[in-house]
Amino acid sequence: MHELSICDAIVDSTRQRADGRRVTQVTVRIGHLRQVVPDALQFGWEILTDTTELKGCELVIEQVPATVACRECHVETTLDMPILCCSACGSFEVTLLTGEEFLLVSMDLAEVGA
Amino acid sequence: MGRFHLHADGTEHHHDHEHHEHHHDDGDHAHTHDVGDHSGYVETGTVRVDILENLLSENDRVADGNGYALDAAGVRAVNLMSSPGAGKTTLLKRTLNHIGGSVRIGILEGDIATSLDADELEGAGATAISVVNTSAGFGGECHLDAVMVRSGLSRLPLGDLELVIIENVGNLVCPAEFRVGEHAKAMVYAITEGEEKPFKYPVMFRAAEVVVVNKIDLLPHLDFDLDKFLSNLRDVNPGAHVIQASARTGQGVDEWCSWLTG
Repeated sequence: MHELSICDAIVDSTRQRADGRRVTQVTVRIGHLRQVVPDALQFGWEILTDTTELKGCELVIEQVPATVACRECHVETTLDMPILCCSACGSFEVTLLTGEEFLLVSMDLAEVGA
Repeated sequence: MGRFHLHADGTEHHHDHEHHEHHHDDGDHAHTHDVGDHSGYVETGTVRVDILENLLSENDRVADGNGYALDAAGVRAVNLMSSPGAGKTTLLKRTLNHIGGSVRIGILEGDIATSLDADELEGAGATAISVVNTSAGFGGECHLDAVMVRSGLSRLPLGDLELVIIENVGNLVCPAEFRVGEHAKAMVYAITEGEEKPFKYPVMFRAAEVVVVNKIDLLPHLDFDLDKFLSNLRDVNPGAHVIQASARTGQGVDEWCSWLTG
């Protein structure tokens, strides 16, 4: 259940950056090779923000499939399993392109007109 | 980068439109600056602020600090991870008996609660032992993070040590995501856990530089297919250094200690 710790980090980082301004949405990007359960992350987010000024702020989780480029057949394929091999020719000579993302991407601040 | 491309606060906000070259990657956040009551504090839309920073960047900053402290003291640190009961503590005890006389080793014991593992290691040959109970943090963390390790390291005499072994909380999921400032990650896997584990816990198996395949003395008594496990491990982590060992009999402990002090 490290999703709660990850959420804690997101909440801290967001509050620091927002510095009191209202945040309506926080976007994170997480690759499929990360062992993070989106539902658990959402659940943790609701619990941890509930008692803060971030209450009601939406957490958007962009999930990124794991893809590899084969150095032998030069085809780019998406992985179904965390096995680093080419889905086209079966070679293990692959370079990981995406799937390890673990980013706080952006936050949306409410604009206040004066 | 649009980081901190922010309006300092509502009162200082001037409504000239040049000011609104935000990083809107989609059309969901249309502005409505030309409408509404501009005399009060009215939310007129949203500003997207790009951040693009690792989710655990704060943890990583502290981990880097731990790494500098270890490097400055000339100490190598190994983060030892496994599921509960795979044999980390028994292997550590063997390790201390084996090289504790010639290498000055500090142990950082991570446990959700109790000091039972540290008690077990007491007198086995460690120069110093530091216990970190993760329950002091967030109701019993399932892993050690960099802040906990920083606290544990502060109670070790780094200047007197050559090697620090960080015994992480027994868990195959969470510890793998948290860098703590270690030079290498190692894992203990017991053959009683089943051949499919690399696929179920790929993050951990991929993170480990060395995998100690423990309880190998039980091989004749189990239906465990060692070749299949090794092939599964290679699929997930082709570069892993594998050491077949038994912390109970001492098999493979020499090889483990050589890697450890490498």
